[in-house]
Amino acid sequence: MSSRELILGRVRRALADVRADERGDERGDERRDDAPYERAVERGYLREHGGRSVAETVELLAENLADYRALVHRTDADGLAEVVAGLLRAHGSATVLVPSGLREEWLSAATDVTRVPDRGESTAHELDRVDSVVTGCALAIAETGTLVLDGSPDQGRRRITLVPDHHICVVRVPEQVVSSVPQALELLDPTRPLTWISGPSATSDIELDRVEGVHGPRTLEVVLVTGSGD
Amino acid sequence: MSGTYLGMPAFPKAAHEAVHNTTLRGNLRHATHTIRAKRANAVAEMSDWAELREAGKQIKDHTLRHLDRYLVRLEESVQAAGGTVHWAADADEANRIVTYLVKATGESEVVKVKSMATQEIGLNEALEAEGIAAYETDLAELIVQLGKDRPSHILVPAIHRNRGEIRDIFAREMSEWGRPAPEGLTDTPAELAEAARLHLREKFLRAKVGISGANFMVAETGTLVVVESEGNGRMCLTLPETLISVVGIEKIVPTWRDLEVFLQTLPRSSTAERMNPYTSTWTGTTDEDGPQTFHLVLIDNGRTDTLADEVGRQALRCIRCSACLNVCPVYERAGGHAYGSVYPGPIGAILSPQLRGTGSEIDSSLPYASSLCGACYEVCPVAIDIPEVLVHLRERVAQGGPVTERGDKVVLKPAKGHAAERAAMRAARWAFGHPGVLRTGQRLASRTRRFHPRTLPGPGRAWSASRDLPALPAEPFRDWWQRTNGGKETGK
Repeated sequence: MSSRELILGRVRRALADVRADERGDERGDERRDDAPYERAVERGYLREHGGRSVAETVELLAENLADYRALVHRTDADGLAEVVAGLLRAHGSATVLVPSGLREEWLSAATDVTRVPDRGESTAHELDRVDSVVTGCALAIAETGTLVLDGSPDQGRRRITLVPDHHICVVRVPEQVVSSVPQALELLDPTRPLTWISGPSATSDIELDRVEGVHGPRTLEVVLVTGSGD
Repeated sequence: MSGTYLGMPAFPKAAHEAVHNTTLRGNLRHATHTIRAKRANAVAEMSDWAELREAGKQIKDHTLRHLDRYLVRLEESVQAAGGTVHWAADADEANRIVTYLVKATGESEVVKVKSMATQEIGLNEALEAEGIAAYETDLAELIVQLGKDRPSHILVPAIHRNRGEIRDIFAREMSEWGRPAPEGLTDTPAELAEAARLHLREKFLRAKVGISGANFMVAETGTLVVVESEGNGRMCLTLPETLISVVGIEKIVPTWRDLEVFLQTLPRSSTAERMNPYTSTWTGTTDEDGPQTFHLVLIDNGRTDTLADEVGRQALRCIRCSACLNVCPVYERAGGHAYGSVYPGPIGAILSPQLRGTGSEIDSSLPYASSLCGACYEVCPVAIDIPEVLVHLRERVAQGGPVTERGDKVVLKPAKGHAAERAAMRAARWAFGHPGVLRTGQRLASRTRRFHPRTLPGPGRAWSASRDLPALPAEPFRDWWQRTNGGKETGK
């Protein structure tokens, strides 16, 4: 007997006490499975915590991002290129990783920085030599101060926001901001690889003192940009 | 479970030694009290905590009650997304599968994300025996690995070490494994973290094989989820060409939507944060992004035996947040090592004896490693009634009874060493059934109380070695009741 059959057999024998009518849906076709499950769990919890205006939700996102030591900047569509260029300059970056679908105009003012395209064949060591990375995001969650990246063309492969030490993430507000974790999951596609980022890399392993910056980027800068449309 | 802890003394002996280690007690007290206070704040932000907790409990219970179906569904989804699924009935089989998979890549080293399941099966030791070096990349796991130590906490495995001890371990051991610690390393957490960053980065950048566990697996979509803080998880999950994830069969949730419950309750319960810094989800493989080969190894290793116990199966709801450790007065004083398992604290006291059976001395002592104060149940985000399971397992240890071992139903004999307890219970039953005897006994006890010893003689000595005997009142309650006419007249 294969271990698969052995384990499934053990599971079925272990559940001998579970009533036949409760498990009856096994006999039915697979399509019908989800309907009983929807009724099996009481979801009395909230879809979001507290009522907020759109502006207040954006404000909460900024607060919670800052609370976990992300550096938050605000601008409008016209000022974005200058803000991004300024952040790269302040960080002393000579090179910046650029996802293939990043809007050209976001980097238009960073004329003195060499652009490194996100390519499949670039090695981890090559990525390690790049100073900064600029990306968009799929969405941001206000209640938890979280950015979610889903590998879309303006965000690139997962590793480009991991290996360089400085990540600048542009969030279009208010379009890309949701209040809560349940609202975020509804909008995300599970077949894509997702990275949820809440502040820079951190550890609390030494006497539970929080230290920012272990293996991921030590500096996370978030630019909240209004009026950039889509 | 693994042989890592073979030969461990029973809990009372191990705990007895730990409570006399003042450094350990100081480290633990500081850590558990800090996180306890933070967690309470993080939970208080959520007005619907009770509802989230109930939903988490129901999702996990439903999954367990239909586990066969969800396992099959998960397997289909993972395969459809480009992954390969392997099944391992026990630790040895899981280790054999992983060793085979690593060898097939031609590599002799792997980077690892912190994972309870791989610790449970002793994977690092099994790989080492086959000439494969497994590098732990979580900072706390690195401290444990370099210190040739054992983890003592589910979330912060090096919680028993203070910064001075960590500095010494890094300065002494890092050069043995790769990049040495910087000259003049001090004991500030920032410098220690920086030393770990530099030491591990060279390993991440050259790694071809990554090994992880998973916090959740979604049956509907075949998605795996890893929740972490440092980014070492992201490194291991995305840089290597091959990813092998070793996961207990109980870690399933039915639907993508179910994550909305656990991604709210897990971070707040474990690190007391609104959200942990990094969460990664992946579904099979993705072209040009991350590993192009993905293996999922599903392990039983005692889980189906646990599932067969109608009271004890609720332990399989555990999402490994470790909140129960941080509130436990016994854990705080005894430390994690005393539990003789990768699962310490209250959850370990019910999980280990179920996964491993109560045959060994340490496992039969674990259900007694508790004062039954109930704090662990209060904080559990999936409402596992740990005290209920403890009492259930105590009964099994003392009286024996039917259990499932490796899928077969067997009847356990009472464990050795519990004869005195059974005799005492029998005597108590008899006395309570004979009111005259009880009355006489109580009077006799009160009047001779001046002469009572501080410790018990004979088989009771072990019991009283770690407890103070209760003081007896000068007058039995029954006598007081009678003398004061049911408390209506003033008695003394």
